[in-house]
Amino acid sequence: MTAVTKNQHTPLPGLLNDVIAMTRRNLLRLCRTPQVIVFATIQPVIFVLLFNFVFGGSIDFAEGVNYIDFLVPGILVQTSLFAAGNTAIGLTDDLQKGAIDRFRSLPMHHSAVLIGRTNADALRAALTMTIITVVGFLVGFRTDHYGGLILGVLLAIALAYAFNWVFATFALYVKDPEAAQAGAFLPVFPLVFAASTFAPVQNMPGWLQPFANNQPVTVTVDAIRALTQGMPPGRDAVMSLGYSVAILVVFIPLASRKFRKG
Amino acid sequence: MISIRGVTVDFGAVKAVDDVSLEIPRNEVRGLLGPNGAGKTTLVKVIATLLRPNAGTAVVGGHDIAADPNAVRSMIGLAGQYAAVDDLLTGRENLEIVGALYQLPKAEAKRRADEALERLSLTDAADRLVRTYSGGMRRRLDLGASLVGRPEVLILDEPTTGLDPRTRLDLWAFLRDLVSEGATVLLTTQYLEEADELADQITVIDHGRIIADGTADELKGRVGGDLVTATPKRRADLDRVRDLLATIGTGTVRVDETELHVSVPVDQRVEALVKAAQAIDQAGIELLDLGVQRPSLDDVFLAITGHAAEELTPNGDKPRKRRARR
Ligand SMILES: Nc1ncnc2c1ncn2[C@@H]1O[C@H](COP(=O)(O)OP(=O)(O)OP(=O)(O)O)[C@@H](O)[C@H]1O
Ligand SMILES: [Mg+2]
Repeated sequence: MTAVTKNQHTPLPGLLNDVIAMTRRNLLRLCRTPQVIVFATIQPVIFVLLFNFVFGGSIDFAEGVNYIDFLVPGILVQTSLFAAGNTAIGLTDDLQKGAIDRFRSLPMHHSAVLIGRTNADALRAALTMTIITVVGFLVGFRTDHYGGLILGVLLAIALAYAFNWVFATFALYVKDPEAAQAGAFLPVFPLVFAASTFAPVQNMPGWLQPFANNQPVTVTVDAIRALTQGMPPGRDAVMSLGYSVAILVVFIPLASRKFRKG
Repeated sequence: MISIRGVTVDFGAVKAVDDVSLEIPRNEVRGLLGPNGAGKTTLVKVIATLLRPNAGTAVVGGHDIAADPNAVRSMIGLAGQYAAVDDLLTGRENLEIVGALYQLPKAEAKRRADEALERLSLTDAADRLVRTYSGGMRRRLDLGASLVGRPEVLILDEPTTGLDPRTRLDLWAFLRDLVSEGATVLLTTQYLEEADELADQITVIDHGRIIADGTADELKGRVGGDLVTATPKRRADLDRVRDLLATIGTGTVRVDETELHVSVPVDQRVEALVKAAQAIDQAGIELLDLGVQRPSLDDVFLAITGHAAEELTPNGDKPRKRRARR
């Protein structure tokens, strides 16, 4: 090992190379803990089955819409947020085990650490969403608009990606895996349940409706519903994308700055 | 190769590193020796660009850590105090990912991973998940990761802590190999004989400050010769043994109250030992042990600071005496 040997370089541009390496690392880690993926998938699947069979007949809907067609978009978006908690857990784990210190001591693009983490978690959310959609079809979910379904899932993935960055920021501040796990779900519950995820917003108390109607989960769920029912998603889709972009614009710099400062 | 000037790091009220300046020439092995909480890891983190100092500058291989951290990072290999290896990946994957992050082409990353695994005798375990590795194997893999970039400067924070004596010897031999190939090494340790064994120059730090600097021999010279050490059976005899040894030795007598060791530097080792044995015997004091030895760096620490190496507790409690090593 001669100390003076010059390092050779990949043909890929630096940042892209590093992002691929980090994403690959995180996906490899995921593959080594399939039980985590299984449990993360079972939970939303149980929600699909549970809500469908328990509430299927009892909630008032616009005419001609089956509850399962209403529910699947909700569960997809719920998955976006629940899955983002994994970003917090994964990142704090890396901080504690010293992996982050190792990366920080390498002459790499340090932003690739966070990008690789959020990418891998978004891919994982995409896998979970695919499984949910399949289970949905098995228990009666129907759509004639497959293009719309795909667009809808993409909206949900975009939201998942945005929330991954929120939780990455959170993780960098709390640093502790247990605190991250507990804390991550605090904002998630009101967002998921004070929304049109499982039931229409008009059945909620009046004071809650302005929030419930306009928050990211509702607009995304409503956009996916419109897309899968063949209706124009209009304002909801625009707002959903707007939320995702706005969250990224705020949280990417926040997380990156915190990461740099340690 | 490494030049540190006036580096200070505060953690709130605690000055973890206090105005430290160091010069480490190319191809030197520098031992950074200090007890728990001395500030070794903190200083290492500053040099490895993981931590910004509150004051002072550090230059590694001509690159300033603040102005050009990436240039510094491409020169150094860091093995931190706790092995930063990935449990869920295999040994080989761990190293290949580090190679990829050095922007090496795939084939080259593979080659270097193989090479590091080979050098650290991990080839047989290369394709097992690190989760199944022993503590010593993890440490070796961590060291392997720090070699992938073929660093000119190796920074090792307590590289042999937790290793069994055999593995420690292997690692020492391995480090000597690296140095013969031209590496500059900064290694921290609490093992006094390790600094003695590996380092060309030793810097002793305590409470964030440099308290001594020199070769192992120079530091030992500060103790003032060989040491006769007596251990009485009963604590009540401690004072009498001290008085007796004072008449035989050439320097101040030191008493370790916890271990009941009384020791004194002497000129003529054998003659002094015989005298001590006779004097103690005549006084009718029962001994557990009596011997003469070359001073250890523990003794050096004691000679310099006037107290045994002690742990600095973060909340400012009374310092706890570290168990003497011999
Ligand atoms: N992140 C931190 N926040 C607050 N105090 C810290 C932090 N890191 C270290 N310290 C304090 O700084 C001092 C030096 O710690 P450091 O880890 O550098 O010691 P060390 O010499 O490496 O000790 P050891 O041999 O136990 O590893 C200690 O008093 C420690 O409590
Ligand atoms: Mg330390």
